[in-house]
Amino acid sequence: MRGSSPRMTAKNHQSPPYISKMRPQDILMPVPAGLCCKPGGFHIDPVRPVERAVITHGHSDHARPGHGAVLATQETLDMMRLRYGDNFAGSTQAIGYGEEIKLGDVTIKFHPAGHVLGSAQIAVSCKDICIVASGDYKDAPDPTCVPFEVVTCDVFITEATFGLPVFRHGDAAVEVKKLLASVALFPERAHLVGAYSLGKAQRVIALLRAAGYDAPIYLHGAMEKITRYYESRGVKLGELRMVKGVKKADLAGTITLAPPSATSDVWTRRFPDPVTAFASGWMRVRARARQGGVELPLVISDHADWDGLTSTIDATGAREIWVTHGQEDALVHWCKTKGLAARPLDLVGYGDEDEGEAPVAEAEA
Amino acid sequence: MNRFAELLDRLAYEPGRNNKLRLLANYFRATEDPDRGFALAALTGALSFKHAKPGLIRDLIADRTDPVLFALSYDYVGDLSETVALMWPKAAALSTPSPACGGALGWGSGRLLSGEKEPPPGSPDSASALPDDPTSPASGRGDELSHHLHNNPPPPTLTEVVTTLRTLGKTELPKQLARWLDELDETGRWALLKLVTGAMRIGISARLAKTAAAALGDKDPHEIELMWPGLKPPYLDLFAWLEGHGEKPVNLDPAPFRPVMLAHAIEDADFAHLDASDYIAEWKWDGIRAQAVAGRDQSGNTVVRLYSRSGEDITKSFPDLLPSLHLAGAIDGELLVLRDGRVQTFNVLQQRLNRKVVSPKLTKDYPIHLRAYDLLSEGDTDLRELPFAERRAKLEAFVKQLDDPRIDLSPTIPFDDWQALAAARADPAAAGAGEDSEAVEGVMLKRRDAPYLPGRPKGQWWKWKRDPHIIDAVLMYAQRGHGKRSSYYSDYTFGVWTKGEDGEQLVPVGKAYFGFTDEELLQIDRFVRRNTTEKFGPVRHVVHEPDQGLVLEVAFEGLARSPRHKSGVAMRFPRINRLRWDKKPGEADRLETLEQMLKSEISPPSAATSDH
Ligand SMILES: [Zn+2]
Ligand SMILES: [Zn+2]
Repeated sequence: MRGSSPRMTAKNHQSPPYISKMRPQDILMPVPAGLCCKPGGFHIDPVRPVERAVITHGHSDHARPGHGAVLATQETLDMMRLRYGDNFAGSTQAIGYGEEIKLGDVTIKFHPAGHVLGSAQIAVSCKDICIVASGDYKDAPDPTCVPFEVVTCDVFITEATFGLPVFRHGDAAVEVKKLLASVALFPERAHLVGAYSLGKAQRVIALLRAAGYDAPIYLHGAMEKITRYYESRGVKLGELRMVKGVKKADLAGTITLAPPSATSDVWTRRFPDPVTAFASGWMRVRARARQGGVELPLVISDHADWDGLTSTIDATGAREIWVTHGQEDALVHWCKTKGLAARPLDLVGYGDEDEGEAPVAEAEA
Repeated sequence: MNRFAELLDRLAYEPGRNNKLRLLANYFRATEDPDRGFALAALTGALSFKHAKPGLIRDLIADRTDPVLFALSYDYVGDLSETVALMWPKAAALSTPSPACGGALGWGSGRLLSGEKEPPPGSPDSASALPDDPTSPASGRGDELSHHLHNNPPPPTLTEVVTTLRTLGKTELPKQLARWLDELDETGRWALLKLVTGAMRIGISARLAKTAAAALGDKDPHEIELMWPGLKPPYLDLFAWLEGHGEKPVNLDPAPFRPVMLAHAIEDADFAHLDASDYIAEWKWDGIRAQAVAGRDQSGNTVVRLYSRSGEDITKSFPDLLPSLHLAGAIDGELLVLRDGRVQTFNVLQQRLNRKVVSPKLTKDYPIHLRAYDLLSEGDTDLRELPFAERRAKLEAFVKQLDDPRIDLSPTIPFDDWQALAAARADPAAAGAGEDSEAVEGVMLKRRDAPYLPGRPKGQWWKWKRDPHIIDAVLMYAQRGHGKRSSYYSDYTFGVWTKGEDGEQLVPVGKAYFGFTDEELLQIDRFVRRNTTEKFGPVRHVVHEPDQGLVLEVAFEGLARSPRHKSGVAMRFPRINRLRWDKKPGEADRLETLEQMLKSEISPPSAATSDH
């Protein structure tokens, strides 16, 4: 990126012929700092400060502060600024979906990942090999972000957060109906919905609106900034109110969104006989849902489920699959039964902010 | 079926009794006949069909999934029915390639080209271009849509499942199950598998389900309990009556349950208003309250049933008692295990509870016995309107006539005044209970002139328990509660002092999670949060030094030796009696005190010892 590198609109065909036959691992390879692209001179979603970082999306485990230069979508850059302050990186450059840029000997291009607002897959091409680092992604509909796009490639790097065939997320609208049915059945109780602050919360709100729920929706203070940011990017969420300072009795019959850790803490005592809901792909498995004392599990995920992972792998046409954070074993096994080369990619440090990390009961505010 | 599955699903997560009732009543109100009736039958355990073996379910899934993926999934989920429900492949007609994946491929402009349904994705220079209307369908998989498109058969109703299972032959079962599993969603499949394997444990009692049904017509659940043995699934007559468009069903059952009469706990202050001569006293036995009913059906056969105090039919658990009930009548009494004429402790009796199979060995090692204390009917005559003293006389004659070693009379305790009764209660062994005194929990007081009234009528029956054991212990660890209590540290491990290798140390002697008031819970919770020394997952170590920490006054019902506990003792029903903010942990009790108490208790036979 070099601060002012010109935007590339076509692939550069004059790369020096220094390597006759390139292998994918010569282009991208896992190192302790993250996924390193040597010929391009950058890291993707580095977990340690690096000179040049290309970032897929704004979740804090993927987007960390302290890099020299950062290339990401405008939304991801804005989210990093919201979280870390103006000086989160030495320099920044925004890139849009469908845009190409030449970095060193490689060309990279951003494609929508459908995970959260501004989330991107990064296609890295060098000579005639194309590798897609998809970051976190989902292929299910989400009114708060641009839909996932399949990118054909030679090597596809996929997450495996829900990489077991038991994870099938179904239609999120049906889950929201379940929540609304409960609100109707228990009008004297408050409904508390645990949802990750970036992405999940806004999606649940949008789904509630789509289901025709037009009462004010209440928010935990920790969600205000990011939710207002979504609104500023044109995501319509209806009337939102901060729950702070609202009288207990006035919260009967209302819906409040809060970070998962808050729903099992002293904070909940301000609500009248709350029904504790939790919106997450983990809610598919009962033992997991019970762990945190959840009374109304809502299977709503920002990650692809098993069917989504496998059909996406199929559709990319990739002959080689690298599997990162999550249940790598099962997905690698599945790939092999389909005749694809597959291996787990040992990357550490992911899955801390969003549901990549399973919920734990003990999470103090 | 999907709807019933949704109900089960929700009930499984809901901890509050009243909320469960609301969910159930709402289901009965919103669901048609006969589905709701079969649901009530499923919830009360009134359905009978041959259950599918887990092996059959395993075979079905093995035919459809990769063994490695199944093993990894089962390992993760930990429950066979749930694993199968979740990973059951979608029926062939449903597995169309997802629209998102059929979208634009390659390095083009980044637009999805194919989808008629896809909204415009982001413009090339900005990721922020979103569908203006968040409700517009985005790309992706739409289960409902494909369901319509492919004209799949509708999922089975609960009625269809239940009626089919009743008549289905063993060889047809796998095919039929597979067909249903194809048609149902994840929750539906889970409920179906739980139902057909007979493993539908969702934490609600038959009584609760009946109470919810009663709420439909604003009726007393006792009324349903009374007519219940005469009713059959899908209970069309019951629901018609509850909704006000049918006659009240009559109970033609020859051995019906009669709602039981319960006692109030007596307080010291109550005695001032009571005249000792108005009452008959009996021992309060530490067994299981039961109603044993025998009657003759229309063809003259004897029907015998045993009911729990809530009216659940527990006949199957005690086949060894049934032959003894050979005279028509309804006895109210206590189930006890007797060996050589001696009443065993509750620990021993426990071996007879919650058994799926009642083996001859079990009935031989733990012979069941009924200690009778009331007679509610004799022949066809209802005795419940009679004063207790008259019923008691009839009971004595009835038991004599039965003339069976498994059924005896609960003896009365002679007393002239409350002091005499207090003395008997303090030392049951000396006051007539003899060797059975370890199974005595206290005394019962029954008004001589009291009719047998359902529920807990004021001033008729009193229970006067023996003083519970009390010790002062020190709070050591705290854990979060469940459900409503999940934001509080409400489960406490407490210890007493003993001499260890490093001098004086606390050894844990029990766990308690009730007994305190809401206000006390707040106080303990605050104390725990401010005095945590270490966190281990959900467990907090709370400061417990001789001069720093919280002293809990713990009450408990009994003690037993337990090699499984580090302290060597196990408490029965420990609870937090009081918070002793006035005491320093150094002043708490020592293990020796408990050992002393243990010696004065008569230890149960070692073979049957179990702490609970
Ligand atoms: Zn993420
Ligand atoms: Zn991630």
